Amino acid sequence: MRSQGAGLFAYAIVYLAFLYVPVLFLPLFSFNNSMFIAFPLSGFTTQWYSQMWADAAVSHALFNSLKVGAAAALVSTMLAIPAARALTRYRVPGGASMLAFVNLPLFIPEIVLGISLLILLNATAIPLSLLTVALGHIVVCVPFAITVLVSRFEGFDKSLEEASLDLGENGWMTFWRVTFPLALPGIVSSLLLSFMVSFDDFLIAYFLAGSDVTLPIYIWGQLRFPYKLPSVLALGAFILFVSTVLVVFAEWVRSRGLDHRKHKMVGA
Amino acid sequence: MAVAAKGEMTARLAHFYRRSEGARGLALLSPTMLIMLAALAAPMALLALYSFWTQEGYALNTQFSLAQYGTSLGRQTYRALFYRSIEISSAVTLITVLLAYPMAYFVAFRVERSKFVWLILLTIPFWTSYLLRVFAWKVILGYNGVINSGLMSLGLIHQPLEFLLYNPIAVVVTLAHAWAPFAILPIYVNLEKIDRSLLEAAADLGDGPLRRFCRITFPLSLPGVIAAAVMIFVPTTGDYVTPTLVGGSDGVMIANIIEVQFDRVGNWPLGAALAMASMAAVGILTLLFVQATRAAAARIR
Repeated sequence: MRSQGAGLFAYAIVYLAFLYVPVLFLPLFSFNNSMFIAFPLSGFTTQWYSQMWADAAVSHALFNSLKVGAAAALVSTMLAIPAARALTRYRVPGGASMLAFVNLPLFIPEIVLGISLLILLNATAIPLSLLTVALGHIVVCVPFAITVLVSRFEGFDKSLEEASLDLGENGWMTFWRVTFPLALPGIVSSLLLSFMVSFDDFLIAYFLAGSDVTLPIYIWGQLRFPYKLPSVLALGAFILFVSTVLVVFAEWVRSRGLDHRKHKMVGA
Repeated sequence: MAVAAKGEMTARLAHFYRRSEGARGLALLSPTMLIMLAALAAPMALLALYSFWTQEGYALNTQFSLAQYGTSLGRQTYRALFYRSIEISSAVTLITVLLAYPMAYFVAFRVERSKFVWLILLTIPFWTSYLLRVFAWKVILGYNGVINSGLMSLGLIHQPLEFLLYNPIAVVVTLAHAWAPFAILPIYVNLEKIDRSLLEAAADLGDGPLRRFCRITFPLSLPGVIAAAVMIFVPTTGDYVTPTLVGGSDGVMIANIIEVQFDRVGNWPLGAALAMASMAAVGILTLLFVQATRAAAARIR
């Protein structure tokens, strides 16, 4: 039994290495003082980073991605809050099939989501822009936002809201002073994770952006030019770093909220 | 009489309450449903509609026709791409689930205190750039890439190995890496839910570890395994980024040919039919797989 545990632990470490080592080559070579991504490493440099920052196209694409990500995160979370609440609090006729419908984007290849929206936008003569990218991203973000928020609302102590109503607060005040603070960790983590999904998405944006450029589209365009690779590596390493920080923070907020609630329940 | 009337009143009140509860729920759900109907259901319906039309030069012929499906399924190149996409995705699904299971098992059953840290470590790749994770493999497998230059500077080889990149195996390896987190989480959730007292009871009744695993742990974790397999198989059949970056001409998949229809060639109805046909094929295969797995599991028990 003991030795089996050790074997599993070793496997887990190897598995983590498999997950992380391939990706860590991006930051490693982004500091390598050579045009070529190859061993042996030839020296330390930060020139690829300064080259990347000096490129106006990078900051333009970054700014576009931030705008789209913020819009997609806000809208999908705002849609998901009432939806998750309805699904956890009320017995809605057909609720399960509506949830299944909303989760469909997880099971449809992104390329199909992209081309079908492209057909719709074309048929309705809506011009392609960052707005249409945001619309496409909302479709893929909503399932994530709802999943995060449903798990937050589940096991929500109904009596807290009832107590507030009994003590004379009206529905809105109860929402603001009881429901919202309790849901806040879920909301923050839904915002951050939806933002990440949008910020990382390439394929949907590729079909719906028209002549606009988001960061993944910019990176995709650069991959064709070998001499651009080092600064793409720098950009990639930077994105990996920022998204890792955001994800750790989002998960931390989410789990802290859950622990907090458990303590309270035990305390009460 | 009075009692009966009172009972009826309560029943009606309860009915009304339930209905209003349902109505409030529907009202809260309606914004999401409206957006998803407009941006998910309507586009999919339109995609289906397009697949029955025909492209004539720059114009669309909206006469109902099965011609696009004829081309999609009849032309040898397209059929080969369907088969290859399904082979690659099946291999990826199998490898990913097999590799992920022990990992999920470890976190669910062996990790005591630092479970949160392990879960975070396994979720970070889930949320970080898919494009960059695929790109990393191009860097690793390339002609002047990490493996070749590493082996050469160690003196183990003198010529770069050309078979690493631009083939179906490179696609399988890259996809198995990129989709790994999607397998771990559903399996982990199902393993975590298993009632530990069942395992203790089996141990008390004299079952060894292997028997306990085969008769309790594995069957109970099966919904997670099925969910993981479906969550990987379905989207990877339509993957575009990986075959384009690391597949080369031998690793082209169905998504590449769909993209072409919407880009340079501009035959949208054909692209729509290819997309619909591949979704139908994948859907049928997935249903068969789920049924077969359930039947097999029932036999084990």
